[in-house]
Amino acid sequence: MDYKKITPPLNEMTARSLRAGDLVMISGIIYTGRDAAHKRLFELLEKGKELPLDLRDQIIYYVGPTPARPGRACGSAGPTTSYRMDKYTPALLDRGLRGMIGKGLRSNEVIEAMERNGAVYFAATGGAGALISSCITEAVPILYEDLGTEAIHQMHVRNFPVTVVIDSLGNNLYEQGPVRYRRDTP
Amino acid sequence: MREIHTDKIRDAVRQLYLDMLCTIGDDITLALRSGLEQEESPIGCMLLRQLLENNEIARNERVGICQDTGMAILFVELGQEIHLTGGSFEDAVNQGVREAYEEGYFRKSVVDDPLFDRINTKDNTPAVIHLRLLPGDKICITAMAKGFGSENMSAMRMLVPADGEEGVLKTILDTVRQAGPNPCPPIIVGVGIGGTMEVAAQLAKYATARPIGDRHADPRYADLEQKALSAINALGIGPGGLGGRVTALDVHIESCPTHIAGLPVAVNICCHASRHGKCEI
Ligand code: SF4
Repeated sequence: MDYKKITPPLNEMTARSLRAGDLVMISGIIYTGRDAAHKRLFELLEKGKELPLDLRDQIIYYVGPTPARPGRACGSAGPTTSYRMDKYTPALLDRGLRGMIGKGLRSNEVIEAMERNGAVYFAATGGAGALISSCITEAVPILYEDLGTEAIHQMHVRNFPVTVVIDSLGNNLYEQGPVRYRRDTP
Repeated sequence: MREIHTDKIRDAVRQLYLDMLCTIGDDITLALRSGLEQEESPIGCMLLRQLLENNEIARNERVGICQDTGMAILFVELGQEIHLTGGSFEDAVNQGVREAYEEGYFRKSVVDDPLFDRINTKDNTPAVIHLRLLPGDKICITAMAKGFGSENMSAMRMLVPADGEEGVLKTILDTVRQAGPNPCPPIIVGVGIGGTMEVAAQLAKYATARPIGDRHADPRYADLEQKALSAINALGIGPGGLGGRVTALDVHIESCPTHIAGLPVAVNICCHASRHGKCEI
């Protein structure tokens, strides 16, 4: 199978060219964030403050790794379920966040914000934390270190395999895929 | 009367978690391999191959199969002829969990208060302990580590007797359909039928740890397990929810007596990273 190669930052034109079902290898720098970090970023925006890091054209990976064994860059690091971030996501997309990596369904509000801004949602393989860990060459906490595994990390990845699930036109592989393989039960 | 020091329980629990969180069961490996033969979706096949490779890496490099190393759940059968020495049974279990999660570099995912404080206890305790007192002088422990991506997709319904087999099947299918990609398919579906509300839920959880391919002893339930499995795999959800044939690896039903007016059904979804182990002391 053919993979498209992406190196963040991901500009709007490239993001808009990706289609649901495309297989992508990401190499370069991405940022991690999950429930607690999203809540903090969102609360800043609600208070009218600026974000402490520039997310323009960046990709956020929803992940909370296990601690790294000595000699490893990162522990097990598969995606967490994305819908828990839905409440906070449109505000980040409106500030230029270009891509998200996670697993599972997204809300209509998130999909509309993706269409509006030209963003893309990738799925990483749920439960493949050990495999993904071997694509991570460095992971450094850069914000909210008190959150431990939930702190925002800057992550260097090499050939991180993901699939485009929802593209900037709102095409959704979570809808299209099952329709293609559904069978009527006898 | 047989005396057992609680240190033995602590050590057994510790070893169970150190093993299960990095080493997937052979039954799951076989099921993923045979899934690869049945899968029609190219992306689905790619995902199944990734999972097999993932589990190899986890085993060889002693890294967690999944980053969600779960909440510790233990079903303990305690022989009533045993006299425990050395202190609290629950403390020993929790100490075993604590040591394993520290030593194994597993993620600590438990918070103290569910609603208001939500502060991480930092050692993955307390464990959930289901204790039964049985005749004999042995301790039998079935331990699981349950991730919440799939736990959150579980459901419970208090059906009425008239809903019958059809109602049960519908409950199972509705739950799996609604879960879609969220619980990391391919999944293992545990179903508890009967008892009371909490008993059905407990049975459903216990059912998720049964080896793939094992059937309920009663042929009627065994038949329902097969029927539910085919119906789930006809939904098209597929590996990762991206479309395909292999949505579930198996369906396990546990049943028990209930009230004349009731038919409780609980569906506990477990992901392919079904991490569990057994030991006897
Ligand atoms: S549902 Fe299972 S495989 Fe998926 S992230 Fe949670 S524990 Fe891991």
